[in-house]
Amino acid sequence: MQTHQYDVVIVGAGGAGMRAALEAGQRARTAVITKLYPTRSHTGAAQGGMCAALANVEEDNWEWHTFDTVKGGDFLVDQDAAEIMAKEAIDAVLDLEKMGLPFNRTPEGTIDQRRFGGHTRNHGEAAVRRACYSADRTGHMILQTLYQQCLKNDVEFFSEFYVLDILTNDVEGERRTAGVVAYDLASGEIHIFRAKSVVFATGGAGKVYKTTSNAHTLTGDGMAIAYRRGIPLEDMEFFQFHPTGLAGLGILLSEAARGEGAILRNSEGERFMERYAPTLKDLAPRDVVARAMANEVREGRGAGPNKDYVLLDLTHLEPAHIDAKLPDITEFARTYLGIEPYTEPVPVYPTAHYAMGGIPTNVETEVLADNERVLPGMFAAGEVACVSVHGANRLGTNSLLDINVFGRRAGIAAAAFAAKAPWVDLPESPEADTVEMLETLRDRQDGERIADLRRALQETMDANAQVFRSEATLKQALSDIHALRERYSRASVQDKGKRFNTDLLEGLELGFLLDLAEVIVVGALERKESRGGHFREDYQNRDDVNYMRHTMAYRTSNEDGSTGVRLDYKPVVVTRYQPMERKF
Amino acid sequence: MTLTTEAPGATPAEAPSAIPSFQVTMRLRRFNPESDTEPRWENHTLTMHGTDRVLDALHKIKWEIDGSLTFRRSCAHGICGSDAMRINGRNRLACKTLLKDLPLKKPITVEPIKGLAVQKDLVVDMEPFYAAYKSIMPFLITTGNDPSRERRQSPADRERFDDTTKCILCAACTTSCPVYWSDGQYFGPQAIVGAHRFIFDSRDEGAEQRLEILNDREGVWRCRTTFNCTDACPRGIEVTKAIQEVKQALLFRRV
Repeated sequence: MQTHQYDVVIVGAGGAGMRAALEAGQRARTAVITKLYPTRSHTGAAQGGMCAALANVEEDNWEWHTFDTVKGGDFLVDQDAAEIMAKEAIDAVLDLEKMGLPFNRTPEGTIDQRRFGGHTRNHGEAAVRRACYSADRTGHMILQTLYQQCLKNDVEFFSEFYVLDILTNDVEGERRTAGVVAYDLASGEIHIFRAKSVVFATGGAGKVYKTTSNAHTLTGDGMAIAYRRGIPLEDMEFFQFHPTGLAGLGILLSEAARGEGAILRNSEGERFMERYAPTLKDLAPRDVVARAMANEVREGRGAGPNKDYVLLDLTHLEPAHIDAKLPDITEFARTYLGIEPYTEPVPVYPTAHYAMGGIPTNVETEVLADNERVLPGMFAAGEVACVSVHGANRLGTNSLLDINVFGRRAGIAAAAFAAKAPWVDLPESPEADTVEMLETLRDRQDGERIADLRRALQETMDANAQVFRSEATLKQALSDIHALRERYSRASVQDKGKRFNTDLLEGLELGFLLDLAEVIVVGALERKESRGGHFREDYQNRDDVNYMRHTMAYRTSNEDGSTGVRLDYKPVVVTRYQPMERKF
Repeated sequence: MTLTTEAPGATPAEAPSAIPSFQVTMRLRRFNPESDTEPRWENHTLTMHGTDRVLDALHKIKWEIDGSLTFRRSCAHGICGSDAMRINGRNRLACKTLLKDLPLKKPITVEPIKGLAVQKDLVVDMEPFYAAYKSIMPFLITTGNDPSRERRQSPADRERFDDTTKCILCAACTTSCPVYWSDGQYFGPQAIVGAHRFIFDSRDEGAEQRLEILNDREGVWRCRTTFNCTDACPRGIEVTKAIQEVKQALLFRRV
């Protein structure tokens, strides 16, 4: 076992982690620990753009952006946080440009902007061109640019190190952050990282579902590790299903396609979004569009031999325009489905895309231990966190914005905290729990396969906790999850080695996914209303009287060693905008 | 070893059109540093479907037959660059190579990319590759104060370096290069692509420094224009052309 000491340790090297590292690294001794090489992070898969009211191509301002974010999030957004994000968006985009990000340009040479779902002029009048973009690979450019800046600034990375635990200790009766425990995938060795500040930027948990746009590695590690150590998880029942995943595969086709003019059609060729969202049509927020698509299929108007998808029609767009603005996603259609988007509509269906919920933080990115207190020294930003700027449904492009705005804030806050905070002693045997978890799983003989259990989990989540939910389906999911947890306690891995044991890694990841699935489903069961990405067949309306509040889920331990979920609630921060009926 | 099992999940009912299933034999190069002294070949015969990729076949083996099979992967749709492998003797991304596009009558061979030390099965040591990238200063270099708004760049100037911005650092190009295999000092094509992306960016002022580095004995002049790199690039970057443009920039500025 090795022990390291840094002022700031950042866990995760996607957009949020690297943006944080650029700030923290200038101010304090910083290390970035990442399960993947930084350039493999899923920020790179983001496509369409990053919104900021630059007003380069038409009138716009940050207040309109704030309103759209709040309304898009179905009024579960904390409005103070949304206002900060929309204001700081402008500098966040300009900062990236100054770092070298190759944005698409207007004829005048300024950053070009395009339309995106839910982003409007003057509080919903019409779609506005707010998304700054680089073809349909904006996330790739952000990830590359931030990595390049990290190289320039000699940021210290521990790549393929898997953080498995948070270390805390009591100082005069107050719980404080002491560091993290990591597993070096290459050697199988345990490393203790002692730190004054820890920033979690580990990304999402899309692999809870079977059909997802998310990478195989997005298994909610950071969320689950925090949850296991008593930190609540906020609003986990809100999961975004992106409307346009490649049918049957879940691979993302950017909303930018619709921003550039593509149209969704059912088997009858009808532009069905005109019925669901008369003003914004195909550019309504994602929850609205995803539900409309699922409803078309449910009512028998799906396309294809099994009538189980709808069609994304780009055939009326000029091929040259498609090539210039949407090259990657059209290549996905060609490569994976053999469809030529110039001439044929592309089969699409909603795909699990984004966790609106996560580790609760305040606007300074400090992690909340409960509704009243923070956990000193612990910070979170990006998809792993819930600040909450996305509320019940994230608007397209606001994730790339979130990671830049709150990643930056996390780096600054973590370094500032480290500058004044004393060192916290490591707890006794800091590695013990992690070693036991690893060895128990690695050494168990003759159990069920991890992959079989994972597939069963993903199938029940797709069937019972996806776009449409009800008490009956959620109870089914919960009982399946409990049964799978029991089976997981007897599962085994085949690879018993130390070096690059990805079999063991997948086993640990499944443990995290099971914990998170339970939190998602328990939260969804208790939320007897429909809001944003959470739609209950048995409670189809939003209920502001009883449910305009954040869910805070805590892990409980029972005497028999089993665990459960306790739900508490936190008020929504409302500043400018009172809830209104959501029409698009 | 030859084993046959049914494909998971990917039932034809989920596919957008009726897709036939077929038998395929995967011939894998395996090496476990904890138990093997030499790499070995291992065959698995599987039933797969028309939309399945090489990565699906590897997952099927790992998840249903042998959990110890080790490879890197993440996004599974050609964006993260984790799963570059040598498939039927050519560097490709496993997640972007459809089985049906390969000759299925013969076994499909899958080996680690060449020129980097094998750590386990299909996993190689990426550190030398990333070090070469870092050495060409792959970041925007400017002088003077930053402007208050964005730097201006015309669409034509932006287009000038568009091709090389697509790079995902998968190493398929570099590890397909015969010069790279035989010469441990050569930067390899990717580092030159990375330099090209900035040398031809109208906002950048570091071209001279980068060209100096690339003019080194182990720099661009080692390229023998075999086009392996261009063929290997899963992003369709014209790698050889980019290298030629860097060579011309060196000649033009210096002669």
